[in-house]
Amino acid sequence: MAKPEGVVAKPGSSKEYKTGSWRTEKPVFKQDKCTDCRICVMVCPDGVIFGSDKKYYADLDYCKGCGICVEECPVDDIEMVVEVR
Amino acid sequence: MKKIIEGSMAVAEAIRVCRPHVISAYPITPQTHIVENLSQFVADGKLKSEFVNVESEFGAASVVLGASATGARTFSCTTSQGLLLMLEVLYNIAGLRFPVVIVVANRAVSAPINIWCDHQDAVTARDTGWIQLWAEDNQEVYDMCLQAYRIGENPEVSLPVMVNFDGFILTHAFEPVELIEQKDADKFLPPYKPVQYLTTKNPLTFGLLVDPEYYTETRYRLQKAMEDSKKVIEDVAFEFKKKFGRYSGGLVEKYRLDDAETAVISMGSVTGTIKDVVDNFRDEGKNVGVLKIRTLRPFPKEAIYSALKDVKNIIVMEKSISLGLEGVLSTEIKGCFYGKENQPKISGFIVGLGGRDISKDSVRKTILKAEKELVEAEFVDLKYELIGGKLL
Repeated sequence: MAKPEGVVAKPGSSKEYKTGSWRTEKPVFKQDKCTDCRICVMVCPDGVIFGSDKKYYADLDYCKGCGICVEECPVDDIEMVVEVR
Repeated sequence: MKKIIEGSMAVAEAIRVCRPHVISAYPITPQTHIVENLSQFVADGKLKSEFVNVESEFGAASVVLGASATGARTFSCTTSQGLLLMLEVLYNIAGLRFPVVIVVANRAVSAPINIWCDHQDAVTARDTGWIQLWAEDNQEVYDMCLQAYRIGENPEVSLPVMVNFDGFILTHAFEPVELIEQKDADKFLPPYKPVQYLTTKNPLTFGLLVDPEYYTETRYRLQKAMEDSKKVIEDVAFEFKKKFGRYSGGLVEKYRLDDAETAVISMGSVTGTIKDVVDNFRDEGKNVGVLKIRTLRPFPKEAIYSALKDVKNIIVMEKSISLGLEGVLSTEIKGCFYGKENQPKISGFIVGLGGRDISKDSVRKTILKAEKELVEAEFVDLKYELIGGKLL
């Protein structure tokens, strides 16, 4: 091992790994009853829900489809939909 | 300078002149004296190391892993259950390619609990990616400690090294040991220059998640580094001999093997007893010799084959067993001869478990028996009265 190996040598490279391919269902934000509580933003384990003014969305490049936002939304304004690719 | 010291003190003295930056260990019999001596050196200012007290061997191994990641030279020491508790971290240290050195005061494993010597602890850790050196006496373990850092820190190797020596039989035995002066040790072992380490000047991420696209290659490179380290282990032993006059490392040691028809293979202190028996046989005109395995990993199959290719009988005497098969060394020695012409008869014996003494008489009888018949995984000196009066 004359030079470095087995390491990541530049920061932020995990962004290059798009985990959205792991998903079988995706969250659909109905943007109907949203109260701007931002609970979905806070509970997303991957931190990939963005938006404001009652208009929120998940970055589907990285959303793994866990459904926690759907479970936690107090006004049932998000639903999981089977994704056909 | 030659001094009569305890084996544990020999290891502590060797590590002192290796100048590790960080030492972390958790006390466990029969390793205790080693780390007590080292912490005393640190307290007395004879060794400028950070001695990190921890809550367990898992903690100790994790501390030396982290310290090694910053480019520090590190040391730890354990035995038996302590080594088993380190096991997860041992794989990590090897996978991360950190040249940590640990000394193992070899001891039996539980249950039943037993604090005396056998080799089951380190043999269980043989697949971790650590280089394993095995010492026969206190001079050898002293010399191997210095060589261990040179081997592991070689940029082409970059692997951790485990130096093994027998618990109680060596750790607590007083023997004359030739000690090396600090200035001579410094010449043999210069400061560690890591290939990669944690620094804010060049941020790196270690131990990251690796998916199926890359994992195989990391294991391949470990395997290659292990294979390549055989030459480094021998080169370092030769250089040590040039500087200090003793060839106390390398892959194997041949003892009276020229023209031998029967060869006994062993590791650790029992080799001394076997050599005595072999001397007696030689006096009687019998052509018997000994091959001592100094490096168990990487396994020196070429060196073993070339040393034993003209032998008719091979007798493996080992202090551990892969339960459900036979002694690990027996299986591996058989592997050295696969596909070769003139296959020798290879018999395997399990000896000295949990600190049971191995007498010259037992060794003698074992050799005579194996010359007559092929024996597999026979327990030597089994007490029939404790197992119902006969073999089960």
